[in-house]
Amino acid sequence: MTIIFKPSPSLPPPVTSVGAVAWVRQNLFSSPLNIFLTFFSAYVIYLLLPPVIQWAFIDATWEGTSKASCTAGGACWAFIAVYFDQFMYGLYPEAETWRINLAVIMLVLMVGAFAIKAVNKLYLSIAIIVVYPIVAYFLFAGGVFGLEKVETSLWGGLFLTVLLGVIGIVASFPLGIVLALGRRSEMPIAKSVCVVFIETIRAVPLITILFMASVMIPLFLPEGLNFNKLLRVLIGITLFSAAYMAEVVRGGLQAIPKGQYEAADAMGLTYWQSMILVILPQALKLVIPGIVNSFIALFKDTTLVYIVGMFDFLGRIQAANHDSNWLGTTVEGYAFAGFIYWAICFGMSRYSMALERKLETGHKRN
Amino acid sequence: MTDTNMARAQLAQGEEAIIEFNDVNKWYGDFHVLKNINFSIKKGERIVVCGPSGSGKSTMTRCINRLEEHQKGTILVDGVEMNNNLKNIEAIRKDVGMVFQHFNLFPHLTILENLTLAPIWVRKTPKKQAEEMAMHYLERVKIANQALKYPGQLSGGQQQRVAIARGLCMQPRIMLFDEPTSALDPEMIKEVLDVMVQLAEEGMTMVCVTHEMGFAKTVADRVVFMDAGEIVEANEPHEFFENPQHDRTQMFLSQILNH
Repeated sequence: MTIIFKPSPSLPPPVTSVGAVAWVRQNLFSSPLNIFLTFFSAYVIYLLLPPVIQWAFIDATWEGTSKASCTAGGACWAFIAVYFDQFMYGLYPEAETWRINLAVIMLVLMVGAFAIKAVNKLYLSIAIIVVYPIVAYFLFAGGVFGLEKVETSLWGGLFLTVLLGVIGIVASFPLGIVLALGRRSEMPIAKSVCVVFIETIRAVPLITILFMASVMIPLFLPEGLNFNKLLRVLIGITLFSAAYMAEVVRGGLQAIPKGQYEAADAMGLTYWQSMILVILPQALKLVIPGIVNSFIALFKDTTLVYIVGMFDFLGRIQAANHDSNWLGTTVEGYAFAGFIYWAICFGMSRYSMALERKLETGHKRN
Repeated sequence: MTDTNMARAQLAQGEEAIIEFNDVNKWYGDFHVLKNINFSIKKGERIVVCGPSGSGKSTMTRCINRLEEHQKGTILVDGVEMNNNLKNIEAIRKDVGMVFQHFNLFPHLTILENLTLAPIWVRKTPKKQAEEMAMHYLERVKIANQALKYPGQLSGGQQQRVAIARGLCMQPRIMLFDEPTSALDPEMIKEVLDVMVQLAEEGMTMVCVTHEMGFAKTVADRVVFMDAGEIVEANEPHEFFENPQHDRTQMFLSQILNH
């Protein structure tokens, strides 16, 4: 007689391996060392947190006109409140700052529209990448449709920081991809151009490039052919970041198995088709952590424009610290700067993690 | 031989060669991997290529769609010479489907997208039509219900059947198989071979590198045995297995059949 095999039914896991209690047990109290570290960390938090809260909130002064109004002994947030507009917009005329706000709201709405199903994603992308920058430029610079002209030398504060960061990121990303593909190309001229560019730019500090952009280029260019300093600095930042981006992307390209290239070739896709449809989507997904790393670094590196006389967010805060009414508010200024930078960079990093999860298709199993 | 097989054999006799190797040589650096390959394959023929590893059987097959370049001699596929002319290569690749040992499905695309990619971008088929065709071939390899999954969610045998369907979606005149069952669990080999047998019965020109001798016996019109970069012997399966001419072939067959 044959015996019929029946798989045993699946049972739920034991209660000790799921739920909050299990989490605490596994993560906080799993071993003597872990128990020690848990209590030690709790003690450190107990020592540090109350004084910080005391300083930042309980004893803080929120309103006032000079350092003299801050008498409670805590943080003098009145300094930030008074200078807030300058920190955000630099020397942009106060009556015109609505233009910056409008541009930011437009961008947020457009990016948010990606979440709406009915919207055509292709048109939206074109609107954001092609139309929006033109609209934003005229909003910022003015001089058309009765908008007052605002020189770029007046642009500053967080506005300038975000502008440099966003344009640097958006422009350096495609440039970096092209450089990475060029470096792996079999065409000797394209390959050597890319290698020389990447190795040269990577070997030079960003400050050097910014000096070149702001001081040297105007010297070399003939009279009358000079162009805006902000644009020169932007090009410098973009080229610098692109060289790093190229190497990150190249790492991703090298991680794609040869079989993927062969399968794409074998079905008759052209070089660009196979790169855009098959290789890059996989390679870029693999290096999202590296790409975001570069983006965050770039965003923070933009503070270096202070060196060439542009007052970005941090630059504005440092300048305000020299105000004789507010001497002694350095800590508040830097705390505020640190918090804003942290919030933006942390946001980027969380976004990249969410993106990685969204793009996961389970191919790691192979 | 059944009547249909007979008819096909006669048809094959009358047709001229669809793939022709003339004195083909290839080197990897100093290593002479293909030596004086002279061989032609007729339309509708099913060729099984076997031989020890490193004998050049995969390389020879991959020269047909120029995944590998040969340095000497000529290869004609469908009357087109495979040389550095990109136009020729792209034209031939449209008509030659390929199935790999490790499937090489695109993990970031769904099964359906894997199948429609080449028809849409290379053949410029409208998306809807490409999808209908893809579903048709998925039915044929019996995994239409998996169309919206990703390759990583399928078993090896299922993935390889998808890979075959992907090749067929370009409606190729020739299918190349490079050890299609070597990376599969024993339980899954049969489902892939069944699809290949079905394909062979429909008269597709097939070049198949494989160690599945059962498949060779039932399906192949000719079995090609290679060693050290040369074709040692090529014969009808019955003759090849029962009456191998060459002592190297005899040794190879005794190695793989006697255990």
